[in-house]
Amino acid sequence: MTKTGFVIANLFRKKTRTSLTLLSIVMAFLLFGLLQSVNVLFNAGADFLGTARLITQARVSFTQSLPMRMRAEIENVPGVEAVTQSQWFGGVWQGKDQLVALAVDPLRFHAVYPEWELPEAQWKQFAETRTAMVAGRKLADQYGWKVGQKVPISSNIFPQKNGSKDWVFDLVGIVDGKDEQWKRQASQVWINHGYFDEENQFGSGSGGIYLIKLKDPEAAAKVARIIDAKFENSPDETKTQNEKDWNLGFAKQFGDIGLIVRWILFAVFFTLLMVVGNTMAQTMRERVPEMAVLKTLGFSDGTVLGFVLAETIALCAIGGLIGLSLATVAGWVIAQSGIPIPLRVEWRVWTAGIIAILLLSVAVGLLPALRAKRLKIVDALAGR
Amino acid sequence: MSALISIRDVTKSYSRGKQQVEVLHGINLEIPKGDFVALMGPSGSGKTTLLNLIGGLDQPSGGEISIDGKRIDSLSAGQLTQWRATNVGFVFQFYNLMPVLTAQGNVELPLLLTKLNAAQRKRNAEVALQVVGLGDRAKHKPRELSGGQEQRVAIARAIVSDPSLLVCDEPTGDLDRKTADEILTLLQTLNREHGKTIVMVTHDPLAAEYAKRTVHLDKGKLIDTPAHADHASV
Repeated sequence: MTKTGFVIANLFRKKTRTSLTLLSIVMAFLLFGLLQSVNVLFNAGADFLGTARLITQARVSFTQSLPMRMRAEIENVPGVEAVTQSQWFGGVWQGKDQLVALAVDPLRFHAVYPEWELPEAQWKQFAETRTAMVAGRKLADQYGWKVGQKVPISSNIFPQKNGSKDWVFDLVGIVDGKDEQWKRQASQVWINHGYFDEENQFGSGSGGIYLIKLKDPEAAAKVARIIDAKFENSPDETKTQNEKDWNLGFAKQFGDIGLIVRWILFAVFFTLLMVVGNTMAQTMRERVPEMAVLKTLGFSDGTVLGFVLAETIALCAIGGLIGLSLATVAGWVIAQSGIPIPLRVEWRVWTAGIIAILLLSVAVGLLPALRAKRLKIVDALAGR
Repeated sequence: MSALISIRDVTKSYSRGKQQVEVLHGINLEIPKGDFVALMGPSGSGKTTLLNLIGGLDQPSGGEISIDGKRIDSLSAGQLTQWRATNVGFVFQFYNLMPVLTAQGNVELPLLLTKLNAAQRKRNAEVALQVVGLGDRAKHKPRELSGGQEQRVAIARAIVSDPSLLVCDEPTGDLDRKTADEILTLLQTLNREHGKTIVMVTHDPLAAEYAKRTVHLDKGKLIDTPAHADHASV
């Protein structure tokens, strides 16, 4: 018999109660893991992208398209290696599935994003075929698209000149990422901007936003300043950001994801605090005489406090680690399922989870532990 | 025989609301090493209070208590805790075993406070269980034992760290006559053969007969010491 053995034995003295409490902790940390992953995804999605690229959008909003004429001007800014326009197409597959479909200049896009891999011949075909489109591997696999087939995609923003919202593209290539991180994001559709520009009802000359590859990432801030200065006081003022900031801004159109996640987690953990706190308090109330006996035998106040806290930490740690592990598996399953949000419960989520486990343990265990510590033997043994 | 327990002018008061209630009034008592004393008296006479003071579970409001030459009334709470761990074994009326531990685990519990390793703790607990006649019940949990067996486990727990003093609060109060006699015989054996000094609170005159002498308390005062009167100074 060891102190650890004693703590574990006490933890499982009422198996049903402990199991139900554990289940609530597991569920809370499963939710925590997944929601924190969403948070990390939205906040840190551009970490691996670095600042080797900039994005220039209209100063007012990225939904306002910048004119095509600006491309050449941006291209001439010192430090810029390559530029492509990227116009949000608003594609919908089979009337229900929203696609991330973008109209780009194929070869320029290839130059700006070498991370997207496609045989050179297919890049060429993408550029030379007016109605061409290429699709990310994950998306193609999800919908069973094959190179050579025609893919009907409707746009909920841009009708064709004939009034139809249904566009038909020739799938000329399946794009893959250069590594696992990029492969996980391969769930977009790119169409030939030339075709889009000619055929959309709202007229030509609209470039959307500009994706810029830099010669020197160190010069990112300087280049961004020059570009924005160039268009200052013009009808098309710009805002140039690195990809991370731009992605954050894009995500915020759905609401403040971080705030939503934090509120959900607050509600979950507040409830958990009440449930586990009440359980631990009840457990300790039932064991007042046992605590008194421990002290009678010569266990110090600090040791008795330690026993109670250790029990709480063990309970929260077992539940929390199982919950985080399940979240990791769930994240992996979601990532494999082709949903265009590559959820991943990574080390940052685990670190936050472990801190949450410790805080929860202390929050629910401290009061019962202090009560056990302050217990007067004589009163406790007399049932007072 | 030298005195193991020496109590001088001990008083004990409790606060009840705004009132101070004195439950022990100037107790003087000496208990020699190897004695077996029964503390008797009506409910509320202060028996358990006196026993708690002797066992170091509580501190007197006044007076001195020395155990084996050490003044325990002036020890801090932490020092008193350490002192209890090595000098006193406790036996309660309702056994107070840990329900989640086996008999072996319960007896090993006080040894967690020692420097003994796991194997030594196991061995010592086995020996203590054999002394109380429960060597074959080591793996049983309290709920799988009879009341008498539970009390034997409690006695094994009390003696496992080899204290010189055993304090027993109504150790047979929850047992039938036959089992009570067995437990009292066991205590008598520990007193006679192992030299343990025992102070036992009891309401039961038959239980008190197992002791070498009986000390009576009434309204917080010692009223007589019928047997071995030469050992007590009241």
